[in-house]
Order: sequence, then structure tokens, then C-alpha cells
Amino acid sequence: MYKVIERKQIVPNIHLLVVETEHIHKNAHAGEFVVVRADEKGERIPLNLVDWDERSVSMVFMEVGTSTSKLAALKPGDEIATLAGPLGKPTEKSEGKKIVCIGGCYGIGALNPVLRMFKANKNHVTTIIEARSDFLLYWRERLKEHSDELYEITRDGTRGVRGHINDFLVEHLKKSKVDLVYVQGCTYLTYLASETTRPFGIKTIVGLNPIMVDATGMCGVCRVTINGETKFGCVDGPEFDGHQVDWDNLLSRRKIYIREEVYSLSFYECERYG
Amino acid sequence: MAKKIQPTKIPMREQPAKERIRNYAEVPYGYSEKEAMQEASRCLQCKRPTCIQGCPVEIDIPGFIDFIAKGDFQAAIDRLKEKNILPAVCGRVCPQEDQCEKVCVLTKKYEPVAIGRLERFAADWERAQGSMSVPKIPSQTGKKVAIIGSGPGGLTVAGDLIKLGHAVTMFEALHEPGGVLVYGIPEFRLPKAIVYREVDYLIECGVKLVLDFVVGKTATIDQLLESYDVVYIGTGAGLPWFMNIPGENLNGVYSANEYLTRANLMKAYLFPEYDTPIVRGKSVAVIGGGNVAMDCARTALRLGAEQVHIVYRRSHKEMPARLEEIHHAEGEGIIFDILTLPIKYIGDKKSWVKEMECIKMELGEPDASGRRRPVPIDGSNFVTPVDTVVCAIGQSPNPLIPQTTPDLKVGKWGNIEADPETGKTSKPRCWAGGDVVRGGATVILAMGDGRVAARSMHEYLMTGKW
Repeated sequence: MYKVIERKQIVPNIHLLVVETEHIHKNAHAGEFVVVRADEKGERIPLNLVDWDERSVSMVFMEVGTSTSKLAALKPGDEIATLAGPLGKPTEKSEGKKIVCIGGCYGIGALNPVLRMFKANKNHVTTIIEARSDFLLYWRERLKEHSDELYEITRDGTRGVRGHINDFLVEHLKKSKVDLVYVQGCTYLTYLASETTRPFGIKTIVGLNPIMVDATGMCGVCRVTINGETKFGCVDGPEFDGHQVDWDNLLSRRKIYIREEVYSLSFYECERYG
Repeated sequence: MAKKIQPTKIPMREQPAKERIRNYAEVPYGYSEKEAMQEASRCLQCKRPTCIQGCPVEIDIPGFIDFIAKGDFQAAIDRLKEKNILPAVCGRVCPQEDQCEKVCVLTKKYEPVAIGRLERFAADWERAQGSMSVPKIPSQTGKKVAIIGSGPGGLTVAGDLIKLGHAVTMFEALHEPGGVLVYGIPEFRLPKAIVYREVDYLIECGVKLVLDFVVGKTATIDQLLESYDVVYIGTGAGLPWFMNIPGENLNGVYSANEYLTRANLMKAYLFPEYDTPIVRGKSVAVIGGGNVAMDCARTALRLGAEQVHIVYRRSHKEMPARLEEIHHAEGEGIIFDILTLPIKYIGDKKSWVKEMECIKMELGEPDASGRRRPVPIDGSNFVTPVDTVVCAIGQSPNPLIPQTTPDLKVGKWGNIEADPETGKTSKPRCWAGGDVVRGGATVILAMGDGRVAARSMHEYLMTGKW
């Protein structure tokens, strides 16, 4: 069992979870993730590492189904059943490059260690975070620390630039020379950003979020089609070249258990609230 | 006068097929004391027993059987445990017909002695007594052993080395110990309580168990070697194979590992009480003819499938599964489509598998494995409806450790190379065995490898000679 040090809602439906562990920080790198299981009956789910130190790791997640609802109900001092990691391949390092990093939803949190790593390796980092509205944007100060410039985009224009990531990105790529685009967030955001950069021919790395179970390469549920070839998200990824991802396949595989997920959530809520 | 021998094994009572296909309880009930003594009396107590040579861990088979025949069950289990720390497991999952029972002298005229069933009986008898004798551990040597993976191989090494006085830590990547015994083999074939009892026994002996620790990621082998004297790698065959045919990434197509892990380790058969779901298909095709394929097919039935097919490209005779598993599967109504090879999966509009295209095969000349090679029959293609496919065609070793241990020599299939005589790898202070060396093999071979490696590890720890 692993003790919860902190769990708080950062913005509606997005939570920070800090869990005690001495094992994970030693080998942790930007772009890696952990597997978490809320309780003895819980599912194993992957969550991006957003920070770590000698005694803890931090994750940011969106509350959506049973597993994340269980996590969202945790209080400091509670325990979770499983915490294993770091898992996956680290973000590929680059040096002296001009990099645009895009984050949305839980991906804003996931950018944190990646920006830190890019900045430490003397890259010029432009960070773009996006959300539906101002009240859903978070960590701007924290991310600014590791960025040369930071833009905010909201769909309703309540903060920063109004619109979608693609409009802003097109304008930005027309104006500036960019070597690499890096994206963390929901499948739609990673897809949209990849399709936007494709005509510019700019290498685009996306953090994917396929369903996982063991997350060590054993089960293969996380398989994704990359450049026509099957890869495992957990050991070959979770980051891939966005221009090579078979998005239709990823989107449909993410929906395999949608019916069961809805059923499971109502079952959990009935048990919890009566 | 020579004693009269009953020509056939005493049958083992089991749950009727009609009932068992709707529950997860173990299928065979095991022998009663009387049945066990009767069966044990069929053993001729050969002066030069061939059965022992058929056993990868060299159990004194006539010895323990003799004790059962005489009704001294405690002595029987003690004798078994001298060589085998997992008798309750091996009695259930060993392919005895290819090992000890295959070379039993009785097979010249009759059915062999039911060695596996007797082994299971002795172990279950001990469990029923409630007590477990924990051996006295000799004084500590001060040497530290890291075992990676808590499957059958790791458990064997742990048992052997803790008894020799070393400090043993076992690292497990998953949240439960037992490896394939827990995530892979279903409850109805090997109740998990049996595995956990064996693990608890080792913990009582002093073995330290660390769960959720993914060696290769959480710590590398080199990092472990900073604080441990020796390392045993028993990480199994954790990378599932697919056939690389069109449609394999459609929804509803599983690897056997995923299907079984969801059902067993994550208890998806108890969804929604347990959170992990599994597709409960009505028409299920399991590809492959090994024990894992049988396990998947029988799991599918228990999850409510109306029709389950085993699709296998060779004939019945070449099936690698244990005979008992094939019989159980047949008894439960699994349909065997032999000499059949899937070549394509076809999806519906929402990318769910709905049909499978197969081609019929015929047997040609023997191949490298000595089995007759299946050859496709031109024009024999046909399409059949399915809503779930489980690919159980084998697996190769998990790559996490080789990837992060550059000086560890691996073979063409990603398997770690180890000396069969000692279990030594190319990397000093590292031993390996079981499926990570062999590819997909058996529980008992992993245990045999563990036994060999433990001997060599002990020698190194005491002499310092690599």
C-alpha cells in the first residue's frame, strides 16, 4: 500500500495526486508514467509522472470513470493499492532546438517535467496551453518557469488567444522557425496538433494514452499502429511520431470498454452514495 | 506370486461439465485418502526407477508414493518437498504424460501410475491439516540474493537459497506474487489460494517480497548488483505474439496474456464488483493448441460464451496442450477446428471484429520441431462469424531487462542466453532460467532451471568463483 500525501482538485475535474514512494524517483525521466490502482478491486491505469522527489511522485489526472473517481475521492493519509514505475520510454532528448510544447487537459500537468528537461538542455521552449475556458487553465506560473514564452488559448476567449490550437499553431509556425512540436493531452488534441504540423513537415511527438493493464509489455492491449506497424504503447511508447499514428485505430481501441465503463461508474456511484 | 495390478489409473472425480462451465471453481476434486492409497499401490517400486529421470526436479517418486501406499501422508509430503517446493502446483499443471508418467514402467502394458494426482493429493492433504512445517533455517551467510520475478522459477530459487542461509529478496512487477501461476493459469485449474500459500510459506522462511517493482525500470540489474551479491532473472515470457495478419488490432481481438490477465489477476469475471472489464463474447475463437489456448477457451465459456472454437493449424496429434486439458475442454463443449489457419479478421463499422477468414491446412513433411508442417490448401478459404478472438500462439521473453542491461547476451528471439548446466548468463553474478531463457515452456522446466541455478549461485556465494 502507498500513502497519499496530497490530493486536490486543481481545476474542475482535474486533480493532483502526490503519493509516497522511495523507489521511483531514482530512475524517473520526463515523459514516463506510473501505473496506479486505487484499491484491491481497482483497475490498473497509467498516469503521467508530473513530478518526483526522494519520497514521492506526483500525477495529474482527469476524473472521468470509476478508477479516476476513486482516486479523486482520496484524502491525505489514505492509501492506494498499487504504484509501479517509472514506465515507458523517456522523452527523446534534444539540444539547442526550437521546440513548441502543447498541453491540454491533464496534459498541461504532464508538460511539467518535459519542459524542465528541454529547458535544461538549452532548447528554446515555447509553451502553449489550451482549455475551453479560463477557469480550466492551470499551472501557468509553474510552466512559465521552464519556458521562454508561454501562450494561453481558450475556446471562449476568457483568457489569452481565443480559438482552437490549430488556428494558433498555424499562425505561429508561419511566423517562426520550429524544429520540434511536442504534445500532451487527450487524443483529439494530439491528433489535431499532428494534422496541423503535417503540412509544415515539422516533427511532432505526441504522448498517447491507450488502455493498459500490466503496462510492462506483457498483455498487448495498448497496441497502437505506427507507420503501419503494431507497437506497444507501454514499452515502445507512450510517445510516438504524431505523423505516423493510425488515429482511427487508436480512437476506436480507446472505446473498447466504453459500455462497461459507464456501467462500472454507475455501479460505483450506487455503492458509494446509495 | 506377482501382485495383480489394476490396468488403469484410479479415476479422479470432477465437477460435471454442465455445472463447471458456469463457475470458476476447480474442476477435479482430487483423490480421497482411500483412492490415493489404492492408486499408490499400483506403483511397482522399481529398483531402478525411470520416473525420477523423467522429472526435471528429480523428485523421489517411488519414495513418496510408497509412503502414500502405507498411509503415512506426512512422510510423503516431506519427501516431495525435499525436491519440489510447489507440489500442489506441479501436481496440477505439470505435463506428466510427457515426463515422469511417460517413462513409468507400467506403460509397457497398462496406464502409468497417476504420479501427478498423487503429488497433488499429498500437497492438498498437508494443506487440509492447516499446519505447515517451516524448516529450520541455518545461520545466515551474510550474502544477499535478488530474485527478479516471483513465478515458479523465482519461487524455487528463493526456497533453495533461503534454506542455505542467504538473505533473499524477490522482486515482482505486478501487484500479486506468483507470476504466470496467478496472472496466467485460471482459478478453475489452479486455485490462487494454493499459490499464495506457497508464497506465504517462503515469506515465513524469511524471503522478502517486494511487489510493484519493475526491474529494468524501477531499478536496473546494475543498480541491484550494487547492493546484492547475485541476481536471478526469472521474468518469464511476457511479450505476446500476434500473427501480423490484417485486422488484428480490431476491437475484440485479444492476446492470450491480456485475456487471461484480465480474467485471473484482475478478476474481470467478477466485474462490476471488480473494476476491470472483459469482453463477454458470444462467439469466441481461440487461436492456438497449447495449454494457454485451452485456458482461454475454457475461460471464455465461463464468461458466458455460447460457442467457443479452438482454431489450430495442425492436427489433434500435434497439439502441445496437456492431454487432461484437451479432454476437459472437449468435455465442456469446446469445438476444435483443426488444420485451420486464420488469415484475416474483418471488422464492422465501429471497428469491432465480426468475422474471421480462415484457410484449411494439410500436413506436409516434418519441420524442424519434428512435427509435420501444415501447408495451406489452395482455394479452401472460408469466412466464419466471431465477436471475440484470443490469439494464443505463444510469446517471447519480456524485453525490459535486456533493453536496460547492455552486457547481457540475448538470442535471436530476445531470450537471455544462459548455460544449461549452471544457469549462468554472460553477465557476472547474474543467472537466468525459465521462459526468459527458453521462450514459452512449462512451470516445471522453470522450476528445474531454478534448482540448477540455485546450486550454482550457492557455490559462487560460498567460494566467490564465477
